[in-house]
Amino acid sequence: MKQTQIHNEQPPRRYGMAIDVDKCTGCGSCMVACFSENNVPFKQDETDKLLSITWMRVYQLTNGKTFPHTEVAYLPRPCQHCAGQHEGHSPCVSVCPATATDYSADTGIVSQIYTRCFGCRYCMGACPYHARYFNWWDPVWPDGMEKYLSPNVSPRMRGVVEKCSFCFHRYQMARDKAYTEGGRKVQEAEYQTACAQACPAGAIVFGDLNDPSHAVNQIVKPDAHNHYKSGNPRAFRLLERLGTNTKVYYLSSREWVRRSGDNYRADEQPGMPGAAAQHG
Amino acid sequence: MDSALIPEGVKRCALWKFLLGLAVVGGVLVWGIIAMLLCWIKGLNQTNMNDYYGFALWIWADLAVIALGGGAFFSGLLKYVFGKDDLKNIINYAVLIGFICYSSALLILAIDVGQPLRSWFIFWHANVHSMLTEVAFCLSCYFAVLTIEYIPLILENRQIDKVPFFHNLGHNMHSTMAIFAATGAFLSFFHQGSLGGVAGVLFGRPFAYRESILNTIWPYTFFLFTWSAAAYGPSFTLFITWLTEKITRKKLVKNNTIYLLAKISGWMILTYIIAKSADTLYWVYQTAPAKGFNWDFFFQNNALYGKWILFVEIIVCGFVPGLLLVFKSSRENSFLRVAATFLGIIGVSLNRWVMVLQTMAAPVMPFDTWQLYIPSWQEVATTILPVAYGVILIMISYRYLPIFPQERELNPVEGADPDHAHAAAPHIGHEATVA
Repeated sequence: MKQTQIHNEQPPRRYGMAIDVDKCTGCGSCMVACFSENNVPFKQDETDKLLSITWMRVYQLTNGKTFPHTEVAYLPRPCQHCAGQHEGHSPCVSVCPATATDYSADTGIVSQIYTRCFGCRYCMGACPYHARYFNWWDPVWPDGMEKYLSPNVSPRMRGVVEKCSFCFHRYQMARDKAYTEGGRKVQEAEYQTACAQACPAGAIVFGDLNDPSHAVNQIVKPDAHNHYKSGNPRAFRLLERLGTNTKVYYLSSREWVRRSGDNYRADEQPGMPGAAAQHG
Repeated sequence: MDSALIPEGVKRCALWKFLLGLAVVGGVLVWGIIAMLLCWIKGLNQTNMNDYYGFALWIWADLAVIALGGGAFFSGLLKYVFGKDDLKNIINYAVLIGFICYSSALLILAIDVGQPLRSWFIFWHANVHSMLTEVAFCLSCYFAVLTIEYIPLILENRQIDKVPFFHNLGHNMHSTMAIFAATGAFLSFFHQGSLGGVAGVLFGRPFAYRESILNTIWPYTFFLFTWSAAAYGPSFTLFITWLTEKITRKKLVKNNTIYLLAKISGWMILTYIIAKSADTLYWVYQTAPAKGFNWDFFFQNNALYGKWILFVEIIVCGFVPGLLLVFKSSRENSFLRVAATFLGIIGVSLNRWVMVLQTMAAPVMPFDTWQLYIPSWQEVATTILPVAYGVILIMISYRYLPIFPQERELNPVEGADPDHAHAAAPHIGHEATVA
């Protein structure tokens, strides 16, 4: 799924997500839609979650308080499509020895080239979000289900790593269509991820973070001069202090939820913003 | 029956005993081969690795054997570049041990990857920014160097040496070995270092991450891994030599050589562990806090990972063996010296364990949890497989090749004609020139 470069006048896109944790009900529709859209393999027995492939995974967070002060939040976690401290220095892309995962300067999407991956799993060790999954088994589909697989996404074989691609095949189709129509821009509605479309609560907003006409840009208000930190006081990114510079933003009005997105030392006061780490 | 193959002037056990020993170790080897084939045929679902433990027992074993095999390159460097000529009496064995360690590492890697038939992609589609790419290139090249260094030793077998071509080839290879020793040291510096870099560059894993020195691409672990391999590798060579002497019930290397290597190893360990302590303190006070962690978060006294690890690695298996080998009185005490080398082996292996397994175990996302892992029997068997292979290669090499140049002098065989033996085996006493 490596991207074909298109040279045109358009500024680089930067696809990303805003996920409103306060809206998420934890229903799991995004996970199911992702499975279906991307031919994600599954086993008969999925009880061991450390062996389950879930490109999109919903985590349950609690505020740690006892009843009646207990609060719960659900945090969907796709691949965060990290840019790192300088564009393309994602934790995984920088370590892959065979260039089987790549960073697109055109879209900001971190790709995975299944036919090039030889299964060393270094990228999995590098990813702090556990967004990367290994195919410990060959995919086995229930009888007849092969007919329902998406023809636009190649199924993966045993022994390679896979992960969320922001439904990159949808981008390819939208881009090709736009190209044949005079090389116009891909419209916001033309390229949406399966999870964003499936969310019944409208908690997931997807689009180009660099395009002011896109809803995601208006929600996040990213500062391109400061590693795309959000200007929205409700917004936070996962593990921002590590310097991963992700493209998935979370929104919450609750302080404890925002604080759950990062690590804080015992001597740090609640609400203290963590400085983005410099890792060279 | 095989006496024609045994070096002249030395005594070996009866063939049946040798074959019996081979059969016992061979049984373990077959067990490992079965597990290896299971992993290749059925896939890595035969292991207990999972999506949190993408790196596990095998990667630890890889890192550990490569560190322990560091005696080869460092002894070669000392002898050929720094002129420590006394080491010629142990360098053959250092090379053999290095050869075993590195071939084992390559074998384990071949089992560890999900698509072994695509392993060449690491060279073909090389990502020059990846530490693993550097590891692959340097490891492969250095293994080739070790093979070149081991070949002259094989050519010294009594029967092979009778063939003029092989005799001359061995002689000429000896004379060029200094170049390979220097090349091996150069390559080893980079692959030992890049193995340290594998963990150190993981800026998404605050437990392993280390800043780079002077804003280069190399994190502190790069240098610490090279340093520790040069420090503990010779200790492993000494320990295996001692073990071989116990098993063969012979003195094989004179004490002056043993003391010299032990002294060098001791100073290297002591200086390394001071650097390691400084690195740990910097991580405790600077690196981990900058990422939002108190250092003791990573040592929570769960089933495996407590503060005891730091104490064991740095004090018990660092300063203690370092000091024992540095001081003459303890270095020349057989028990203390062997104990120190043993502690050193544990120490460097523990360091590699921590940098791989503890890195994977510790959660990074605040709502994530610690994950512990127990390897499957297939992982254990394939990790023991190289040990069995190593024992077999040592058994065969010791029996048929003049590994120890001082063996005849230290263990005169009754009735043997020393003059005749010397004339018949002119290469015995040649060091296998090696890194």
